[in-house]
Amino acid sequence: MHPMTRQKLLPYSFLLPALAITGVVIIYPVFQTLILSIQNYVLYAPDEARYIGLQNFQKLLKDEVFWISLSHSVIWVTSIVVLQLLLGLGSALLLNQSFWWRGVARALVIVPWALPSVIIGLIWTWIYDYNVGVLNDLLLRAHLIDQPVAWLSHPQTSFAAIMLTLVWQGFPFFAVMILAGLQTVPQELYEAARIDGATAFRQFWHVTLPSIAGIMATAVLLRIIWVANSLDIILVMTGGGPGYATYTLPLYAFLRAYSEMEFGYAAALALVMTLLLLGIVFLYVRRQAKELA
Amino acid sequence: MRAYQKTALRFLLIELPVLVILVFALAPFVWMLLTSVKPNADLSIFPVRYWPSEFTADHFKMLWQRTSFFHNWLNSLLIATGAVIVGLSVSIPAAYAFSRFKFAGRNMFLTGFLVINMFPVVLLIIPLFVLMRHLGLIDTFIGVIIGHSTFSIPFSIWMLVSYFNAIPQDLDEAAVIDGASRLQTIRLVVLPLIMPGVVTTAIYVFITSWNEYLYAMMLSGDKVRPVTVALQLFIGEFTVQWGLLTAGGALIALPVTLLFLVIQKRLVGGLTAGAVKS
Repeated sequence: MHPMTRQKLLPYSFLLPALAITGVVIIYPVFQTLILSIQNYVLYAPDEARYIGLQNFQKLLKDEVFWISLSHSVIWVTSIVVLQLLLGLGSALLLNQSFWWRGVARALVIVPWALPSVIIGLIWTWIYDYNVGVLNDLLLRAHLIDQPVAWLSHPQTSFAAIMLTLVWQGFPFFAVMILAGLQTVPQELYEAARIDGATAFRQFWHVTLPSIAGIMATAVLLRIIWVANSLDIILVMTGGGPGYATYTLPLYAFLRAYSEMEFGYAAALALVMTLLLLGIVFLYVRRQAKELA
Repeated sequence: MRAYQKTALRFLLIELPVLVILVFALAPFVWMLLTSVKPNADLSIFPVRYWPSEFTADHFKMLWQRTSFFHNWLNSLLIATGAVIVGLSVSIPAAYAFSRFKFAGRNMFLTGFLVINMFPVVLLIIPLFVLMRHLGLIDTFIGVIIGHSTFSIPFSIWMLVSYFNAIPQDLDEAAVIDGASRLQTIRLVVLPLIMPGVVTTAIYVFITSWNEYLYAMMLSGDKVRPVTVALQLFIGEFTVQWGLLTAGGALIALPVTLLFLVIQKRLVGGLTAGAVKS
């Protein structure tokens, strides 16, 4: 081969193994999902699968559970990400102050982030337990409730209970990211602000916030995508119940595939969900790609 | 007096709130550990008994003797190690190419790897299951490991590109001037320098694979079932045996928590490299 051609092909040969594997495990499945979504594919009768056009999508628009799941997902993602961000921002600002055990505090705050979702679901199911759960015990001792609450089996409380679990899992991510951002704010800016007589709040508003806005935006976009896609904690804690009280879009798609074996319809649900998220993904990717390109 | 006031103020405004946040972050985890060493009698009483009446290893013994838990634990170890090996062996060359070569389609591919990392699991998992069944890879280590490469490869590439970019190209060029071939440059100059980054990425992929639940549940059966899936099945089998479940939880969570504490500083560096640098 001509040496120039070889030189030109060299980078592609470095990429080839990664491209080959992702082609098989990601690109091919995405196209399969597209094809499945226009079929009435049911796992136990794959030979009867036929092309049915957009019927799955028409069915979806009339599917009450789809709309319930979608509205849950919107509430779910917005509240969880906002709460995670506020709690994470507060933690980061505190952990950026100086006190003698700061190093230990910074290390320990990330523990929830490291845990597997199954364990998180398990721990919190145990905490929320109706009969011998520690949450009921604490609230009873504090006289905040008169009798034990069945947190995970009441439609009114189960959704909020799982949201609290997700907030707990995700706020360390924000704390750590924002803390990293805070450490890059030049001290001179604060000194200049102080000389100008700015109060602590005005320093925060005019110096700190603008400096960490970029990293906060990146973290929020990334987190929206993660929370919107996540279904394992709900699956472990309630499986979507009671009734449809804790159904979200990815969970519904998964259950239609896993429990009902309706792969065609589930694929259509997964596709709609991906399309709804695409805007956020686009914003995130545009931010990140600018950095490394 | 003023120094005393200052200390008191700092405690009230900073240390106390930090303490509250830490209690919130750690209490559920500590509660799991405490539950795992309590005798069953302590677990079924209400009001709750907070400190164990005695410390017991019964739950751990029962896990060892009566369940497949340790077999599953080894499966997890194998799967996570496999995910690291597969992920890194294809991601290191790819990340090197992204960092050191200019070629047509570079930005497209790099962006592509970021986009696919954002795809919902439910989008991929159904056809992946069908595919693995066709290939006869359901309930095999290689099947689960390949399933985990859906996240390990894109993630590793992005982490490693930022580590590679942090190493000045002048070093490569100096090596070439000294007469080193490209492979020698990679092996003797570049790789040793990004080793910390490689280790961080490897540990993070290991943790993610170890913690993963959905792919593992869909793609594994009795033979290669990892701990996360096994524990979830115990929940169905042993509904009220919280001692047993939390003992299993502790054995799953402790190794990865320790690993996470080891890499956390460098991991944050890698994750935020793009976002923070001005």
